[in-house]
Amino acid sequence: MNWLIAILQATLFVVLAPLLAGWLKWCKCRLQNRKAPSLLQPYRDLIKLTNKQPVVSKQASWLFVTAPYIIFSATVLAASVVPLIAVDLPTSATADVIVMVGFFAFARFFQALAGLDTGTAFGGMGSSREMTISSLAEPAMLMAIFTLTMTASTTNLSGVIIYLLDHGLVLRPSFGFAVFALILVAVAETGRVPVDNPATHLELTMIHEAMILEYSGRYLAMIEWASQLKLMIYGVLIANIFLPRGIAESFTAKALGYGLLAIMVKLALLAVLLAIAETLFAKMRLFRVQEYLGFAYLLGVLGMLSHIILEASR
Amino acid sequence: MIAAYLVLFIPFAGIIFFALAGHKADTGKINVRFNLICLLATIWLAVNVLNQGTILSSDKAFLIDPFNVYLIVLTAFIGLTTAIFSSPYMAHEKELGKLTDNRLRLYYSMYQGFMLAMYLVLTTNNMGVMWVAMEGATLATVMLVSLYRTPESVEAAWKYFILCGVGIAQALFGTILLYYAAVQIGDAENSLLWSVLYENAGKLNPEILEIAFVFMLIGYGTKIGLVPLHNWLPDAHSEGPTPMSAVLSGLLLNDALYAVVRNKMLVDGASESNVAGFLMMGFGMLSFLVAAFFLHRQKDIKRLFSYSSIEHMGIMTFAFGIGGASATFAALLHMTVHSLTKSAIFVTVGHAAQVAGTQSMEKIRGMIRTQPSIGWGLLIGTIAIAGFPPFGVFTSEFLVLLATMHSYPWLTPLLLLGIGIAFAGLFRHIQPIVYGERPEGQLPVKANLWPVIIHLGLVLWLGLAIPGFLANWFSQATSLISGSAPL
Amino acid sequence: MSIEQTDFYTQAILSMAALIGLTSFLMLGQGRLLRLIFVFALQGFLLTLTTALAAYILKNPHLYISAVLTLMLKVIFIPWMLKREVIQTNMHRDIEALHNKTMVMLSGACLMVFSYYVLHPIVHTTAPVMLNALAVSLSVVLLGMLLMISHRQAIAHVVGFMSIENGLFFAAIIATKGMPMVVELGIAFDVLVAAVLFGIFFLHIRSSIDSLDVDLLNKLNEVDK
Repeated sequence: MNWLIAILQATLFVVLAPLLAGWLKWCKCRLQNRKAPSLLQPYRDLIKLTNKQPVVSKQASWLFVTAPYIIFSATVLAASVVPLIAVDLPTSATADVIVMVGFFAFARFFQALAGLDTGTAFGGMGSSREMTISSLAEPAMLMAIFTLTMTASTTNLSGVIIYLLDHGLVLRPSFGFAVFALILVAVAETGRVPVDNPATHLELTMIHEAMILEYSGRYLAMIEWASQLKLMIYGVLIANIFLPRGIAESFTAKALGYGLLAIMVKLALLAVLLAIAETLFAKMRLFRVQEYLGFAYLLGVLGMLSHIILEASR
Repeated sequence: MIAAYLVLFIPFAGIIFFALAGHKADTGKINVRFNLICLLATIWLAVNVLNQGTILSSDKAFLIDPFNVYLIVLTAFIGLTTAIFSSPYMAHEKELGKLTDNRLRLYYSMYQGFMLAMYLVLTTNNMGVMWVAMEGATLATVMLVSLYRTPESVEAAWKYFILCGVGIAQALFGTILLYYAAVQIGDAENSLLWSVLYENAGKLNPEILEIAFVFMLIGYGTKIGLVPLHNWLPDAHSEGPTPMSAVLSGLLLNDALYAVVRNKMLVDGASESNVAGFLMMGFGMLSFLVAAFFLHRQKDIKRLFSYSSIEHMGIMTFAFGIGGASATFAALLHMTVHSLTKSAIFVTVGHAAQVAGTQSMEKIRGMIRTQPSIGWGLLIGTIAIAGFPPFGVFTSEFLVLLATMHSYPWLTPLLLLGIGIAFAGLFRHIQPIVYGERPEGQLPVKANLWPVIIHLGLVLWLGLAIPGFLANWFSQATSLISGSAPL
Repeated sequence: MSIEQTDFYTQAILSMAALIGLTSFLMLGQGRLLRLIFVFALQGFLLTLTTALAAYILKNPHLYISAVLTLMLKVIFIPWMLKREVIQTNMHRDIEALHNKTMVMLSGACLMVFSYYVLHPIVHTTAPVMLNALAVSLSVVLLGMLLMISHRQAIAHVVGFMSIENGLFFAAIIATKGMPMVVELGIAFDVLVAAVLFGIFFLHIRSSIDSLDVDLLNKLNEVDK
């Protein structure tokens, strides 16, 4: 039964991810006074891409073809670790948050390799930029996550959420820093403005898009889906950890339905915020990204420090 | 108590009067009168204290004890003599076209503002108000440092403002910590009152108080001009108008030291260890030595004497740090004679610079031929400040030396060395200024040298014999500060 | 005593302390003057909130007065004055190149640790929240100084100066529930006068060196001219 719900939750993740992306795009268009595409547009794009015949360069090795599957499945595995509508699922019991970060790193590794594989200039450039950014983003993210896990004394995401639910509303300065750091990292990792702009293919600035420039057809669909999934994972992480209200603690239909409703509302709100931020800010120069992530790291450290100093028992 | 209110009211009235009346031909003279009345009020106050002992005002806002009353009189006295000097000096500066009526209005108004701040620092019983007044003194004088509006003076004033402002913020942190220690044992309303704190010093938490004292020392130490927080001092002294240098050197530094000593008395009451004393000794000695070496490098005559001020403030801080009756007595005496001598020197230096038309020492030559009174004043003043007998500075430095030999004999060579270096530093610059070849075109100026004569006369008197009532006064203050009577 | 066991007031104060510390860090790394002033106003606003909260919880009506004073001075008047100055001198488009920003940020972190170190001796005599409040305010003071060292614009110096005052005020409110009224009014008066004087000084500096870059104020030094 529990496994069933776990699988259901992972499926929900996979299914809902394009919807989130569509909603985000819709908000952004409305904010920018444009006519918005349908909410279901990402689904249609995915279907269209899947039906098209993929074109693979002659120089590409087997890696190029397998990488999309690896990336997608690693991201799905990462998603299965994150509690979406219910806590205390068997998947989250087997893997903790560090494993989740590991899955991300794994996916990114293959993505960078695939970018390099065809030997085009843009692919290599994109890979190198992606690795630079992620090498800066990962410590910041881990710092933020450690702050949470130290508070709850567990690295298990379910455990963290249960701990937070048990203790009710407590104002923790460290969480303020951690959530801010995590948002900054999420923006960088999912390739949103101001670090990267998913909507353009400008050769000087693109990062994520440069890496997948050679992909087409179902391979591209896989990668696009994976990155939508990743966005959703970060959104769920932020929403459920810092605002755990509503998540199902028991496996009754009512609780689960309520949990689903809660997370959808939370994600919708978060997406609105992200859309506003993307509309307000311009993309920053690549060389400023390290300052940005440095700031995220600083926030993470401050969060950790304020946990140790301000909140710890004496 | 009326006398104390009067002492505060007169400069307050002065600020408003000068601000409203604007500058007229006789404003300088009126300023002298204000200060004269104020001096009379302080003497009345001093007589009261001498007769009745410590006075605490009924609302406990003001406290006059033997320690501060003598500083109040000293402040009023130097305020008066500097006002006497400043009247013709500022008139001359106006003739040269350096100043306008509006700036002089600001000058006289803020002169009284500065005096008010000084009296408030000295008379208040509330450590918080003391801080406010100290900051007020900075604010009152900062515009005076930049009175000439030259790029240099603006720079000096900016430095003064920023450094003293930031420095004194540390003192506020110290005050907050002090208050924090105090509210733990008593009611919040009276916890910043010095009299209350002093009574309960034994109950205060020594650790908090020691930390608080470190901040106080850094904060007020910036105002004292302790090395390494002294950078503003030579600039502000050299670029501001000379009367300002005289009161800054003679009064502001003293009052900042007064604030530190008040706090030290609390820390000594609370803590067994002599942390406060050691800190003061260390900073004092450092300032003394560094300033003595810096004397040699100066090119500007007012900078030279401002370094000399740092040096002497170092000696005083050191002596207060040693603690004990004789060192404290020496420090109090040194405070007095240094203030008198230094303001006298700044008066003569101001005139000398007017004679030569520059403050650069290379261009001021042959004073004794151009205008003998200034030349002699400068020479005698320098002899006095360098610590020659029979002047008062010699007596006090000798007492400091004795106290050092008694308590920390291994520091005596350093002290002697510093005094020697400072002496050489002063004389290598002053000797050619007084005796050198007289350059073309140097003309005597109209100068009022009575302040110099009176000050140096007093210093000489204090060097030969300390009058009985003054000695009595000093020993009362000493027993208040150090807990034991001298000699 | 861990944070869950403390009351809401303590939690709120700790959060405020953390946020005020954060604003200090934000100011430290800020090259744009208008943004710097905005963050400064934000810090003032946080301080106002803290004061009002303390006044409400501790039922200490005179803290309301100081909250209002803080609001008027630190959130409205001084930022307004500085902003006007920046726009008048046409500096709002300039970005000050802060050299070795990383070093500055790192030393900022060191200063924060240092302030805990300094106040550590009092740890066993006070409630942890007091120690934290004092340490955070001390680090705000020190970070304000660092801001003044690392920036060259006179306006940034004023912001640093005023944020030092903010730190001190925070300490006074939390640790001692506000200073006596007369002292608090005196401090506010001093701050006001200082702010006005700074305004006058900008005028003087500009007319003397034609810029507000205080690195150009270098005529007076011990080295031979």
